[in-house]
Amino acid sequence: MATVHMVVNGREVSGEVEGRTLLSDFLRNGLKLTGTHIGCDTSQCGACVVHVNGKAIKSCTMFALEASDSTVTTIEGMANEDGSLGIVQQAFQDHHGLQCGFCTPGMVMSAAALLSENLTPGEAEIRDYLEGNICRCTGYQNIVKAIQGAAEELAA
Amino acid sequence: MYSFEFERPTTIDDAVAALSRSGAQVIAGGQTLIPTLKNRLASPDVLVSLGAISELRGISVSSGSVVVGAATTHAEVAHSAAEAFPALSGLANNIGDPAVRNRGTVGGSIANNDPSACYPAAALATGATIITNSRRIAADDFFLGIFETALDEDELITSVEFPIPAAANYQKFEQPASRFALVGAFVSRFDTCVRVAITGAADSGVFRWSEAEKALTASFSPDSLAGLSVEADDMISDVHGSQAYRTNLVAVMTRRAVAAC
Repeated sequence: MATVHMVVNGREVSGEVEGRTLLSDFLRNGLKLTGTHIGCDTSQCGACVVHVNGKAIKSCTMFALEASDSTVTTIEGMANEDGSLGIVQQAFQDHHGLQCGFCTPGMVMSAAALLSENLTPGEAEIRDYLEGNICRCTGYQNIVKAIQGAAEELAA
Repeated sequence: MYSFEFERPTTIDDAVAALSRSGAQVIAGGQTLIPTLKNRLASPDVLVSLGAISELRGISVSSGSVVVGAATTHAEVAHSAAEAFPALSGLANNIGDPAVRNRGTVGGSIANNDPSACYPAAALATGATIITNSRRIAADDFFLGIFETALDEDELITSVEFPIPAAANYQKFEQPASRFALVGAFVSRFDTCVRVAITGAADSGVFRWSEAEKALTASFSPDSLAGLSVEADDMISDVHGSQAYRTNLVAVMTRRAVAAC
């Protein structure tokens, strides 16, 4: 076992992990941040996307120890300080960008990463960026609308 | 996945020392290795992470070449090589998905030598040099067969030097689920020669299509490839495509790459 330190959603945390402990497992089981979902556990579905040092990554395909001394943001960190929904989350609600909701944490984190790079993405750019996020309710139409809505809100 | 000891050195020397331990293996971005470990297809005793070695990251562009640190991610290559070497940038920007590109690395792709990976084609078609902790290896001598390279057990790629061609293009026909190349063709036109490397297609892994190179060196035009074909018996046949299908794709993707140069 080794001790891992990181900053998660603005809070300094540490925990004992094995070499093989995945970041997704550390977040869910170690920190009880269960908003990060594990869908496929094979880095295909994107439900586990979080940000490490501002970059979207699949937390099921990164060891917790690889995130040592990093800054991590999970879906829980996307809410406003008062607990209300953040802009991207609110846009998903407003545009019905979710049905069962299982893929939503990853969708929101990928959307936020895209919007941090490009505040005016076209539909093709949005769909391209979501290549690694799978919604089995096939609700992509409203997911795209939600991200376009969030982009407008952020640009306003 | 089986248990292992995790080492996270901060210098190349420490990484090489760690690699000399029994049962040690490198992990770069882990986008191939972690799924492999989960499937218990690999069971190293020690994993040596390159994630904390800053000297392995970064891109430097000179007049004739782009030198990419081995632990540089695909996303960083896509961004930093866009101006100097658009074909390499475009290749990097079309690997996997954005989250995978933020972890996967150039050195990892080249050291793994997956028969359907993109970077080996770029390395072979540009005549790149693979630079390790102990020597420089020409791409022509580096890729020995699928998942097999000239690297020694405890040797570490530190950077890859890609010469910048006068014109180049990479065309990938994606396997739609994995985004790996069902067939990929990288064409580089230099002042005195043309190099063509094909990935995804052959049983023996990435290869140079010398017949196409000769024809294109004589006259650089898609028409020069008319009637040329790779040997179908050497191609992969699997659930995604037959030998005949891949043989045809090699010609089609190469023509498209030449036309796009």
